Amino acid sequence: MRGRQALAVIPYARFLDVRIEDDRQGIVCVLPFRDDLVGNVALPALHGGVVGAFLELTALVQAIELVDSERVPKPITFTVDYLRSAGPRDTRGRAEVVKHGRRIANVRVLAWQEDPARPVAAGIGNFLL
Amino acid sequence: MHCRGATFAILACGVGDPPERYALAELFGTARREMMDHIPHCRRLGMEVMEIGPRRATVRLPYRDELVGDPVRRVVFGGVITTLLDHAGGLAVFASLPELKTIATLDLRIDYLRAADAERDLVGEAHCYKLTTHVAFVRATAWERGPDDPFASCLGTFMVGANTSLSPTARLLRARAGSG
Repeated sequence: MRGRQALAVIPYARFLDVRIEDDRQGIVCVLPFRDDLVGNVALPALHGGVVGAFLELTALVQAIELVDSERVPKPITFTVDYLRSAGPRDTRGRAEVVKHGRRIANVRVLAWQEDPARPVAAGIGNFLL
Repeated sequence: MHCRGATFAILACGVGDPPERYALAELFGTARREMMDHIPHCRRLGMEVMEIGPRRATVRLPYRDELVGDPVRRVVFGGVITTLLDHAGGLAVFASLPELKTIATLDLRIDYLRAADAERDLVGEAHCYKLTTHVAFVRATAWERGPDDPFASCLGTFMVGANTSLSPTARLLRARAGSG
């Protein structure tokens, strides 16, 4: 299963409306901004959980690209560092597989909004393939 | 008086405990559904505050098909657990503050202990076990069968007084104070 197919069959990915953009360095996932993703109306800012979930989804899409399987890899651990508040605009994420073993993939992911050099959140996770 | 209302608020203030001041004391109790109404994403997911008390919060996330992460196993996407536990953790931090301040999640680590049962409501329970001047430390678990059988556990840290803008909960409390 490829990343695009995965996004199409995972209901939560459709709920967030996450899409894939490609660039020369590989896959970039996009989370379009929507009012009902806001967690703090005063700032306003995306709910931290949505940012975390988007990071995990981006990492998962990258892990899926590795394996020739119909199964969705299972997260074992996932850690999110919140670096800046994520404002009311589209968020992009790029993941990198740090280690790809027989059963485990360790995947690192970064999310940003306007400027990739100013990330809003970083994540790292272990997935059971 | 800070121990009115919820049963476990009374239990938490046992004989011999020093009197504690909680900025959120008047919101402590069970079924505080209104605490989610002003947060668009929580409203969209139908999240509810089951219980909030000194340094603790319990939040329910009702099952919805659109939150499924694995179409074969029909379990909620792992990242949705992040939303549940981030929110429960943030509320536990709010519930530990002597004075209202803004907070922001600094980091969360989630361990997925087992697959959650398919098509079940999920509960997130958080405890702020240490509060310092600038940082709050939280442990949380998520379960669907019962609190003794969690499917995920979580450690989180939150910045306290992270910025000058009003948090939604602070606004709710001020609105209540204004109307009362």
